[in-house]
Amino acid sequence: MDYIIILIAAVFVNNIVLSQFLGICPFLGVSSKVSTSVGMSGAVLFVMTLATMVTYLLHEFVLVPAGLDYLRTITFILVIAALVQMVEIILKKVSPPLYQALGVFLPLITTNCAVLGVAILALGLDGGSLLKAVFFAVSNSIGFGLALIVFASIREHLELANIPEGMKGVPINLLVAGLLSLAFLGFTGLV
Amino acid sequence: MAEKVNQTQNFLKGIVKDNPVFVMLLGMCPTLGVTSSAFNGLGMGVATMFVLLMSNIVVSLVKSQIPSKVRIPAFIIIIASFVTIVEMVLEAFVPFLYEQLGIFIPLIVVNCLILGRAEAFASKNNILSSIVDALGMGLGFVVALTVLGATREILGSGSIFEFKFVAEDANTFILFILPPGAFIALAYLTVLFNKISIKTT
Repeated sequence: MDYIIILIAAVFVNNIVLSQFLGICPFLGVSSKVSTSVGMSGAVLFVMTLATMVTYLLHEFVLVPAGLDYLRTITFILVIAALVQMVEIILKKVSPPLYQALGVFLPLITTNCAVLGVAILALGLDGGSLLKAVFFAVSNSIGFGLALIVFASIREHLELANIPEGMKGVPINLLVAGLLSLAFLGFTGLV
Repeated sequence: MAEKVNQTQNFLKGIVKDNPVFVMLLGMCPTLGVTSSAFNGLGMGVATMFVLLMSNIVVSLVKSQIPSKVRIPAFIIIIASFVTIVEMVLEAFVPFLYEQLGIFIPLIVVNCLILGRAEAFASKNNILSSIVDALGMGLGFVVALTVLGATREILGSGSIFEFKFVAEDANTFILFILPPGAFIALAYLTVLFNKISIKTT
């Protein structure tokens, strides 16, 4: 039951992009085509799950026992940066097709605050365990993917729309994101 | 004299021409996430400005010592150290703000504005220019966040810097302090900013 609540809360109610404002840069940056946004979502799913798993273990078994909790931010960002590099190198060798699909997005993920944000938020879960933290990361990356793909599909239609001169570009995208966020607000109170 | 003019231009570009929020769209997560009131926006802006200033100073001092292949991880460590300092100081002296900003304080590390300035400016320029650049960009960020926070607070809670100017039970546009209001307010502020900056230049 706990897990179902985590999933619904992360995907709909507290959507990581539309209500917690994490990962806005890729949300606005790589959402002009549906195909690229699918690739980005896949890469985020991969890295976020792996990063949360590693940082959770590191926090639980190294930082806390050693009393170095205050080094959390520095350690986590280093781990994430190293992990992204490693994933890139391994993918290139092991699975070239997957590397082709995700390759360009991987370097961008280091500065995706959703990854660091979820790694930190996962530490604060009630009755946290490794499994729960990993599940939390998977749920959040599904939420990220949903928001990104829906937004990209709207933007593809927007290309053909007649937009007032001053609203072209960034403002209209922000406005669409606002309306999307308003729609997700409707899920409030679901869990 | 020419030197002085250059530094003034260097300072001003961050506030108007290359404003980090309205023009370059850097650091959008904290911009949208913490600006439900003017005070929060100001607090986040100042914290970010401090980290930006210190990291620009350190990066421009050690730029010749860092091999170019590992420069990005090195910059991230420098930035993360200052973020940790800010986190500790805020927790000790302004616990109220610390709680309000929450997760967005450690996330200053991944604010692309800071890494962007370290990489694009401080690693190529001397210390004086880097300080001026950080002050200009930082101030641009502070102004943008405070304006956005104030707009949302005025519309959403009918107050400014916690000073309430409508009746206690008056209806306000609550939408603006909720998440969608952040996107919508920023969209219209960007339109306004573009309009003004086109007129002045």
